[in-house]
Amino acid sequence: MIRDFFRVMVVNLTTGKTSLKELPGRGEVLGGAGLAAHLFREFGHIDRDWDDPEQPLIFAIGPLTGYFPLMSKTCCAFRSPYHNQYTESYAGGKSALSLRFADLDALVVTGKAKRLTAVCVGSRLVDIRDVEYMRGFDAIQTGRVLRKIFPGSGRRSIMRIGPAGENLSAFACINVDTYRHFGRLGGGTVMGAKNLKAICVVGDRGFDLPEGKAYPKLYKHIFDQLTTTEMMAKYHGLGTAVNINPLNALKSLPWKNLQQTSSPQAENISGETFADDTLLRNAACAGCPVGCIHVGFVREQFQTNNQYLYRQVGYDYEPIFSCGGMLEVTDAAEVLRILDVIEKEGLDCMSAGVALAWATEALERGVVTEQDTLLPLKWGDSETYMRAVEHLGRPDNDFYRLLAQGTMKCAKQYGGEDFACVLGQEMAGYATGEVFFVAEGLGFRHSHLDSGGYAYDQKHDEKDVDKALNFLLTDGRERIVLNCMVGCLFSRGVYKEDLLAEALESVGYGDMNGSVADVGKRVQRMRWRLRLQMGYRPDEVVIPKRYTEITTWKGPVDVNYMNALRKAYAASILEMGADPEDEKAK
Amino acid sequence: MKALRAARMERCIGCHSCSLACARQVHKVLSWNKAGIRISSAGGLSTGFEARLCLACHPAPCAEACPTGSLSQRRDGGVIQKRNLCIRCGQCAEACPVDAIFLDHQVNPYVCIHCGQCVAYCPHDCLEMVDLPRREEEER
Repeated sequence: MIRDFFRVMVVNLTTGKTSLKELPGRGEVLGGAGLAAHLFREFGHIDRDWDDPEQPLIFAIGPLTGYFPLMSKTCCAFRSPYHNQYTESYAGGKSALSLRFADLDALVVTGKAKRLTAVCVGSRLVDIRDVEYMRGFDAIQTGRVLRKIFPGSGRRSIMRIGPAGENLSAFACINVDTYRHFGRLGGGTVMGAKNLKAICVVGDRGFDLPEGKAYPKLYKHIFDQLTTTEMMAKYHGLGTAVNINPLNALKSLPWKNLQQTSSPQAENISGETFADDTLLRNAACAGCPVGCIHVGFVREQFQTNNQYLYRQVGYDYEPIFSCGGMLEVTDAAEVLRILDVIEKEGLDCMSAGVALAWATEALERGVVTEQDTLLPLKWGDSETYMRAVEHLGRPDNDFYRLLAQGTMKCAKQYGGEDFACVLGQEMAGYATGEVFFVAEGLGFRHSHLDSGGYAYDQKHDEKDVDKALNFLLTDGRERIVLNCMVGCLFSRGVYKEDLLAEALESVGYGDMNGSVADVGKRVQRMRWRLRLQMGYRPDEVVIPKRYTEITTWKGPVDVNYMNALRKAYAASILEMGADPEDEKAK
Repeated sequence: MKALRAARMERCIGCHSCSLACARQVHKVLSWNKAGIRISSAGGLSTGFEARLCLACHPAPCAEACPTGSLSQRRDGGVIQKRNLCIRCGQCAEACPVDAIFLDHQVNPYVCIHCGQCVAYCPHDCLEMVDLPRREEEER
């Protein structure tokens, strides 16, 4: 629905009450990431920890969700159990269109239920239900049961947690419709802290479209661009898994806990190998015709005399890097088996894989013992890694309890900080060099998606701090614009700022406060302000020693360049996040 | 006459582009429900997708159930819909054996009129228009 205010549903799990609020601010923040920050200022508490019951869990969509293709993602925002500061995570599935057709710009969950609870909301529906009997259910099983309990088959989204969220692992994910995730920095943990097992959003409304020819004409133009441009073919074809081979060739593929940046065995887990050997089919987020979700299939004998089961697991570049390369598991089917357990536990696959890679090296070096790891972790041993994942989701000793809070936290207690591959959180799969390490280490959500540092490293040989810094700031702001629309970042080559402005105009959003670039800048500051107010100190961020020991296709990492860029980026972050009073003083 | 068929649903990726296209182009609304074709998983996303779509029956049970002639038999199969004659009793949806008629919250029915505008929006070519065997004009 086109409106100049936001329609927000607030569910309070402590009281069991729900309220609908109409909040101003559309012209200021557009939606998505901007709306989430706006809502956190309204409902969140700067002075309370992440697990205070009153801290909100926020899901927000954008102004164009459903109106145009690939406007098909949701921003999930919360105070993170990982670093106790404000953060965001993004996913699609059917979540965005379900919120749109539930006539909600955002859903906010506050409070804490006494017993394990599932919430179902729609445009004419609120159902808050005790599901204590689901305690301990894995994320896949949870989805199956909820599909029977709640209405709306085909037009709903089921977001749920597994055991990891219930047990408050700091990198528990929210599984969205089986193959998508709010993966990073512990959205699932926030649900666990609230005793919230699942959220079902039923999209049961429709809305009139604008009169006139501008909208259908623009829709056709954008649809054609997105479905014919070569840029999208990569995501549809091999998917992001295609990156394994080129990054390996560039000596930028993190391997064996980043002890290496390439391996001749990488081709065994390349996107081509996954497609040839395991790819079952593609799937899509609702509202996106690209179909970038790749589902792999692995057959597993469980008894003699030809008794088999099968596992059906989504894969992408990041899962393969973290549970393949980092663990030196070089059989595509075995990577899928590890991922299957991670899915069931409801963990973030990057954090799980990278944490276990550190644990393997720590065990090898004698920093920890088998009394800690409970298992003889060994490179390439997928069977043992599957069992280790279960320990991360359901920790049963101090070591795994701490490892599930984050690799660096564990390393600080047991030793091995130098080789903990943590850049704000367990790293994403790019060992491309200085700009990426700084971008992820200091970036707002410590993600390769904050800004394209990995792309900058690949395209630039010169070590110009000012140029690199300008790129991080500009690219970051442009991505924020798209995140306020919650368009899929894969479409960033098509949805440039001019086209976004035209799309907004075509459906009736005329009265924005400034250009879309102005909104991006405003929201960039809002987010950083929240983060800094909660104690973030970008100038104190340490990039672990291992990152200084890397050699890529360009040669050894330039530590001086990296340090200079880190300091410059930290200074810019402090400036962007400064309080408005400070700005007036300048 | 032609009819829409979801002939290759094993290719479906669940992007809902067909439903959104029908709603957008035929009904001028933003919806994944107010459409002549609706997509859902057979039993969760890991089990693949199915389309809820008019099978172009002849005789059409929904037309027979309609008390006002809002839905009437199309010559070779399926129905012609005249919205202004609808009294929103919902009998058509109840009569449909394959759940192809969606009733919105005001009990307006949405059924496929076999215009084929959704076909071009399916990225995996799951949909096609097929010729129906010709029938003699019904006595009205």
